Amino acid sequence: MANYSTNEFKGGLKFMMDGEPCSILENEVVKPGKGQAFNRVKVRKLISGKVLEKTFKSGETVEGADVMDHDLDYLYTDGEFWHFMNNETFEQLAADEKAVGDAVKWLVENNTCTLTLWNGSPISVTPPNFVELEITDTDPGLKGDTAGTGGKPATLTTGAVVRVPLFVQIGEIVKVDTRTGEYVGRVQK
Amino acid sequence: MTELWQPSAEISSLHKRAEIIAQIRQFFANKGVLEVDTPSMSHASVTDVHLASFKTMFVGPGFAKGAPLYLQTSPEFAMKRLLAAGCGPIYQICKSFRNEESGRHHNPEFTMLEWYRPGFNASALMAEIDELMQQVLHCQPAERKTYRDAFIDVLELDPLSASLAELKALACQLGYQDIAQDERDKDTLLQLLFCMHVEPKIGQQRPCFIYHFPASQAALAKLNHDNPAVAERFELYYQNMELANGFDELTDSDEQAQRFAQDNLKRESLGLEPVAIDKRFIAALSSGLPSCSGVALGIDRLVMLALNKKTIAEVIAFDITRA
Repeated sequence: MANYSTNEFKGGLKFMMDGEPCSILENEVVKPGKGQAFNRVKVRKLISGKVLEKTFKSGETVEGADVMDHDLDYLYTDGEFWHFMNNETFEQLAADEKAVGDAVKWLVENNTCTLTLWNGSPISVTPPNFVELEITDTDPGLKGDTAGTGGKPATLTTGAVVRVPLFVQIGEIVKVDTRTGEYVGRVQK
Repeated sequence: MTELWQPSAEISSLHKRAEIIAQIRQFFANKGVLEVDTPSMSHASVTDVHLASFKTMFVGPGFAKGAPLYLQTSPEFAMKRLLAAGCGPIYQICKSFRNEESGRHHNPEFTMLEWYRPGFNASALMAEIDELMQQVLHCQPAERKTYRDAFIDVLELDPLSASLAELKALACQLGYQDIAQDERDKDTLLQLLFCMHVEPKIGQQRPCFIYHFPASQAALAKLNHDNPAVAERFELYYQNMELANGFDELTDSDEQAQRFAQDNLKRESLGLEPVAIDKRFIAALSSGLPSCSGVALGIDRLVMLALNKKTIAEVIAFDITRA
């Protein structure tokens, strides 16, 4: 992989830090009128997901990370791995539990997810922003209460639990924002 | 095509900017300080290892083979030559150029206000800057603190007597292991600690002058008469912005030539190109620069503070991404 100098720092640049690929979220140059310049960057570690700040002396170089995003369709899980397929090449990739992480509760067959690959192996899975899932369990709401003050918890087919308005019932399909885990609306079957 | 042709600043900001600049000119007119205009391009430039000059080539009568010209990082040398020629108090509002600098507070070309006061010491000049600040920003009078006190207040370490090992240990403790472990330059560590930890703590409510910088960061300032460990150099900070840098000016031509030569040796050791030393400036010093103090103040940053803008792009017509 190429090396990058601090002059190439910008949001989205992927490089290696402490043996882990990271992505730059923010980069700020701190330069006194007389004296050494520094780059203060905010990075996300792509495996642990941790966000942290780091300061570099301007002019230093860092090792680039071979990190690529691919859009793949979710196929199935065998319990140990989650299998995805590239719709154009039909090539399949398996992601382990660590890579899938919290995305597991939003995986719907044939949905296109973004897999982040480091040296060719998946390190994280990002589900689509919105998914539609059926409610498998929720308390029957009180009739006539449609205001939905605080809502109620509902369990979806994947095991995810979201808050839904009181009028939403078992068997209905709801649309959920996977970034916030919030209910968006009901879907007509 | 959707070319970004529009200015990066709002037109209303440009009106206010023009008002501030008119106000500055009036300030100096009232005090009988002469406005001057010196070259943006020169055959020589600054040797400071942390300043990168733009270089271009002049080809024309007398220079058939071409002569390298540097865009000035500040009008300092030319203005001091005027002082040596007996011009009296002067100021200048001009473009300055610094390569490798771009960001929220930096644009590679920017507008500088620089002025010199023969017969003033650093303290007298700080008082005059304070007066200008209050007029333009309607802020409270500035406070003053020595570099040493400001550093000790925040970091509990004496920056003047601390050893390289002590500075390294402190930097590591604050999370800068990667920078600190191989660093052999005390000033780099001092600048790191000062920028990241002291600056955010000073000049928040009112502007703050930090004076008596370590002698190793004297640049073009005189050393203090009673304590040669510190230089007669000061900086002005206000609301997380470094606004101005000033000196009680070094007038000793031999010492100045020596500092330039040292800079160039340091440049070489860092793998940087040496810079042509300004012999005309050295000659002016040896013919006699009157005892004086001078300061350079970033006008764009001043306007940012006056208009409460977060980026330099919002106070200049076209920033580098639109230039």
